[in-house]
Amino acid sequence: MEIQNILVIFFAAAFTENILLARFLGMCSFLAVSRQVKTAVGLGTAVVFVLAFTAVLNVYVHRLLVHFELEYLRYVAFIIVIAAFVQFVEIVIERFSPVLYYALGIFLPLITVNCAVLGVSLFMLNKGGPGGYGPLEAFAYGAGSGVGWMLAIIAMAGIREKMERSRVPRGLEGPGIALIIAGIMALAFIGLAGVLQPA
Amino acid sequence: MSETLRRLKLTRGYQVFRAGVWDENPVFRQVLGICSTLAVTNLLTNTVVMCAGLIFVLAFSNVTVSALRAHVPRRIRMIVQVLIIAAYVIVVKILLDAYLPEVSEQLGAYVGLIITNCIIMGRAEGFAASNPVGPSLVDGVACGVGYSIVLIAIAFVRELTGQGTLFGAQVLGGWWPAWTIMVMPPGAFFVLAAVIWLARRHAGSDEPAGKN
Repeated sequence: MEIQNILVIFFAAAFTENILLARFLGMCSFLAVSRQVKTAVGLGTAVVFVLAFTAVLNVYVHRLLVHFELEYLRYVAFIIVIAAFVQFVEIVIERFSPVLYYALGIFLPLITVNCAVLGVSLFMLNKGGPGGYGPLEAFAYGAGSGVGWMLAIIAMAGIREKMERSRVPRGLEGPGIALIIAGIMALAFIGLAGVLQPA
Repeated sequence: MSETLRRLKLTRGYQVFRAGVWDENPVFRQVLGICSTLAVTNLLTNTVVMCAGLIFVLAFSNVTVSALRAHVPRRIRMIVQVLIIAAYVIVVKILLDAYLPEVSEQLGAYVGLIITNCIIMGRAEGFAASNPVGPSLVDGVACGVGYSIVLIAIAFVRELTGQGTLFGAQVLGGWWPAWTIMVMPPGAFFVLAAVIWLARRHAGSDEPAGKN
């Protein structure tokens, strides 16, 4: 039962409640870094990784804050955890895997201000039973949200690569047309709404 | 009168203000901060509250970043800016919880997400970190106002067409088939795209072709 619930949380976060297309988070980097599939994959991987682990860390941070009745400090605490984690990951990757560092390096600092990361940590608080998500559920939710975001940005990059030669009306070039594509993708994702209901 | 007006137009304050509201409008020029643009614009009331909060945070974080700019080492300036912004967002959240609990409930996590609204970081880093306090305040308010105008326009269209209401009051009668899609996520994308299109066509796109 437990494992099934975890899977439901994962798939619901990735598809029915897609963080990008249904919650509008991470739009800025979505529009800026979706011109090539290769870079989209790089940024997507980094986001999945950071989201999954910061969600777990923030579960513990939130429990600590609740314990000391300092809940109003959660914004500051979460953003510090995220920034510190990103910095830490950057140092570790640089030390142990220079190849990965060059692939992800430039994207990591961007992630600190990616609203999807803070968003997942904040949305998480209103989910699950009393006391919110446990670490395992948070991991599933974070990873699922990241995978959903990655799917959306890769699909968008693929479409934009194909559109390179299309004639787009002036003024609609760049972000304008990207938003219309995103709208059509969001329409498709609405079809999935309500299919999965995490307990 | 026209003389005073002309002289007013030459002041630094006016130029910074104009840049923030129109020439460098955060939404349709720089396409920044659109996460919340899209998420909160299905109802006008929520949008207005969100905009007020954003202008407050933007103005005060700009002032604070500007005032501290000589004392913050360059290497850690980003984290300092984020903390300053987060502190003001907490103030907004507490005020909302106290005076507008219903709206606060509906906005939920999006109030907290003002912290990662790229506009605020962008202005702190791009303007306040290298300008005196006065112009930074004007810049913060101007960008906030420029952002709010676009957001309120989008919310107006979405609430009117999606539910036939404005600020929750029935405006269009029963003959109006509510376009539910407009209050759902795709409607937000389409309306924002239309706004960007109109604004850029009207002003003449001065971006070099091919630039994102």
